[in-house]
Amino acid sequence: MSVEQILILGVNHKTAPVEVREKLAFPDIEVPLAMLGEVPDCEEFCFISTCNRVEVIFTSSDPERTVRHIRSFLFAASNLSEEKAIEYTYLHQGNEAITHLYRVASSLDSMVVGEPQILGQLKNAYREASERNCTGVILNRLIHKAFSAAKRVRSETNIGSSAVSISYAAVQLAKKIFGDLKNKKVLLAGAGEMAELAAEHLLSQGCTEVIVANRTLENAVKLAKRFKGKAVGLNELHDQLELVDIMVSSTGAPDLILRKNDVQPLMRRRRNRPLFFIDIAVPRDLDPKLNNIDNVYLYDVDDLSQVVEINKSERHNEAAKAERIILDESLKFLGWLGNMALAPTIADLRRKAEEIRQAEMARTLAGLDLSAKEAKAIDKLTSSIINKVLHNPILHLKEDCHQSNKQMKLDMIRRFFALDPRK
Amino acid sequence: MLFTLSYTVYVVATTLYLVFFFSQNSKVRTVARQILLAAGILHTITIVARYLAAGHTPLTTHHDTISFFAWSVTWAFLSFRWRYQIKNFGSFVSPVILALMTVGLCSSKAITELPPALQSVWLPIHASIAIAANGFLALGFCGGIMYLLQDRELKKKRFGLFYHRLPSLEALDHLSQHCLTIGFPLLTLGIMTGSLWAKQAWGAYWQWDPKETWSLITWLLYASLLHQRFAIGWRGRRTAIMSIVGFMAVLFTLWGVNFLLSGAHSYVR
Repeated sequence: MSVEQILILGVNHKTAPVEVREKLAFPDIEVPLAMLGEVPDCEEFCFISTCNRVEVIFTSSDPERTVRHIRSFLFAASNLSEEKAIEYTYLHQGNEAITHLYRVASSLDSMVVGEPQILGQLKNAYREASERNCTGVILNRLIHKAFSAAKRVRSETNIGSSAVSISYAAVQLAKKIFGDLKNKKVLLAGAGEMAELAAEHLLSQGCTEVIVANRTLENAVKLAKRFKGKAVGLNELHDQLELVDIMVSSTGAPDLILRKNDVQPLMRRRRNRPLFFIDIAVPRDLDPKLNNIDNVYLYDVDDLSQVVEINKSERHNEAAKAERIILDESLKFLGWLGNMALAPTIADLRRKAEEIRQAEMARTLAGLDLSAKEAKAIDKLTSSIINKVLHNPILHLKEDCHQSNKQMKLDMIRRFFALDPRK
Repeated sequence: MLFTLSYTVYVVATTLYLVFFFSQNSKVRTVARQILLAAGILHTITIVARYLAAGHTPLTTHHDTISFFAWSVTWAFLSFRWRYQIKNFGSFVSPVILALMTVGLCSSKAITELPPALQSVWLPIHASIAIAANGFLALGFCGGIMYLLQDRELKKKRFGLFYHRLPSLEALDHLSQHCLTIGFPLLTLGIMTGSLWAKQAWGAYWQWDPKETWSLITWLLYASLLHQRFAIGWRGRRTAIMSIVGFMAVLFTLWGVNFLLSGAHSYVR
């Protein structure tokens, strides 16, 4: 098993706009897993789908072909051309695939770096896949190690605290504006890990109702169900704004969805009750000028992190620390994989020697008339000779060394002992 | 003598409130509260003593008026404490009290003879109601300032001295409404009783002397503030600014009129 046979193909918030990601979303995980099972040469696989990403992690003996198949499967519902599909997806292979998976698990690849939900989503995806026997030795190990990498990142860096504290800061600010959050209503525009986290925080602090507005009503309904709230279309935003107190916006819209002129007339109808806007989207959803309206307070992610006094350089340092952990963990996995790669060679080596021994034994013993005891002694003698002869080559193989050297050593041993049938 | 003593206690209370504001040590606050209460009681005794010394309600000299003003702010504040708590309110109110007391300390404490025209039962009623109104309006002024400070930090997103120390905007807005709903009826009553007294003393309800005119202006300011609040739903920054402007009008009615303009009330010096 070569490391180059491990691949990840997917789209996320960085490579594809929300309109595209939406088309790739699968309502459940059963269908895609069943369909991936049909893809030729796709040996082990795991499928993850969240609001911000759709990814297939898989191993294949013929990567090129499998990638083509999986890509066309992912984009089957989207009516997009193959070129477009290639443009929107990313493909990581080998080493890159490992670090990518670890970064995803550690929430370094998230829209809001450090948000904690992705790990749970990945665990779910893995459970579903392993229950259906879609994963094998390699992916089981790889994904488990991704979890432990994420755990290390969480406990050894402050990356996680920034996301949690951002939504905590949102609650603190809301309290400074409204005093008490009891009976306050929250409007979620668009869905996203961070927005949901903030909504959960606000609910736990006494907010009574969550209204979810989304471009596709179906997604809104799904999310609203989770918060036991109401779902509306994004076009009803203005009417809803009359009723709510806090709006958390995280749509993937390329433009502003709310401008100063939209909100100003609302304030009179609201009898000037304060409105607190939290803009989590990148690019921004809300007009920064909203903040100039009396009784309207607008905070974006940067403002919020300013509140919790996590300055950018600190966040940067923490990210660097996390990247180091991921590198460390991925090297460990490569080490394990390398040893996995040794196993067939060592087995081949032993088999070859054993074959020679058996053949020679058969030939020699046929011409001799030996007692059972003597035959047994010769058997023992020959097997101990091959063991002694093979001992050092095997030790040499197992010796810790760099990945590329390992491959070289393997090739050398295989050639020395003519383990591969001549082409 | 008593006045100086109360003044000293006020100084201590204010200092402690300011120390508390910067240190946020709640033990200091407890002590500050008790000392302010002591000052309030001592001040009450001072005013009663003044009454006994003068033989009539001590509200005719500048010194007495200011002293009573400070007293009513103190007790308005202390009465609020029973009803609900506003974080760090004391640190804003006590300097106002101290400022008034300082003005009182600097003005002449001589007891003046009351002209016969003014010897009436309306004197204590009118003057005390009007000044008590000022007490609540002063609290509204403090609340307005606190609101503007907090609002500024929230808008600018730069969290300095006040963000953590001041209560929520909602609480401050509520406070200013509360002060207004007590202060405004008292102010109205003060003007009405004044008008009745004027009828008795000078034979006319309203003479448009500067003091009367300015109280009317003050009243109109607060009336429009209340109207906007209840009819249109004005709140927040605008009402905070209005309650500060209103209080400026109160101060001008109290002092500006006396020193800059002259009229029937000019005896109060």
